[in-house]
Amino acid sequence: MKLTVKYFASIREALGHGSETVDTSAASLAALRDELVARGGAYAQSLARGKAVRVALNQVMSNESAALSDGCEVAFFPPVTGG
Amino acid sequence: MHSRVSIQTQDFNLADEVAALRLGDKRVGAVCAFVGTVRDRNAQGPQAGDGATAAAAPVVSMELEHYPGMTEKAIEAMIDEAQRRFGIYAARVIHRIGLLHPLDQIVMVAVTSAHRGESFEACEFLMDYLKTQAPFWKKERTPEGGRWVDARVSDDAALARWSIPSGNT
Repeated sequence: MKLTVKYFASIREALGHGSETVDTSAASLAALRDELVARGGAYAQSLARGKAVRVALNQVMSNESAALSDGCEVAFFPPVTGG
Repeated sequence: MHSRVSIQTQDFNLADEVAALRLGDKRVGAVCAFVGTVRDRNAQGPQAGDGATAAAAPVVSMELEHYPGMTEKAIEAMIDEAQRRFGIYAARVIHRIGLLHPLDQIVMVAVTSAHRGESFEACEFLMDYLKTQAPFWKKERTPEGGRWVDARVSDDAALARWSIPSGNT
């Protein structure tokens, strides 16, 4: 399935872009994150297990057990610091 | 009726916002508002007063990034939750984005209610909720360069205080 994956803040800076289309068969957000880490390089450094990374699914804060579906929007970002 | 949430680069006027929020609403006996502003010291530097060797790094400017589409939705949901929990009448949140400088206003939360208890609580609830869940990120510029602000552990404690479901791993 094809997903839109967005990145923000320090993760966006490390990867050099804020958005991409990903073709994946990952069933969950956790599996998608693992797939991205497996790309190595900046992906591995920014999204590695142990890094504080928050996730959103279809523009709602989520957790990594959430299931993915075709055409959904996923975002990875550091803990938020607004206000 | 104006919108409950505005994400904008422009500054806002607190008095105008409060006046508009309670305009014509005779049920309102209490208005509570919070404004967050940009300081000139890095929140994560050593505590001020340590002495000459431990001054916090001065903040020259701050850039605020957000997640368009999610930000407005998230804050609207927080306001719905505040209304459900505290029975407030109206609420408005303004959060600025883009380049800001010390003394600039960053965020406003204003609420109206019948009595002061609900207004005080709802205002604090909304600020705590926003600080921990609204998708904004700050990058501070100091003389040493740019640095992304780290989320504070004390903000996570606020989540627990209000039993806010984090949805995070």
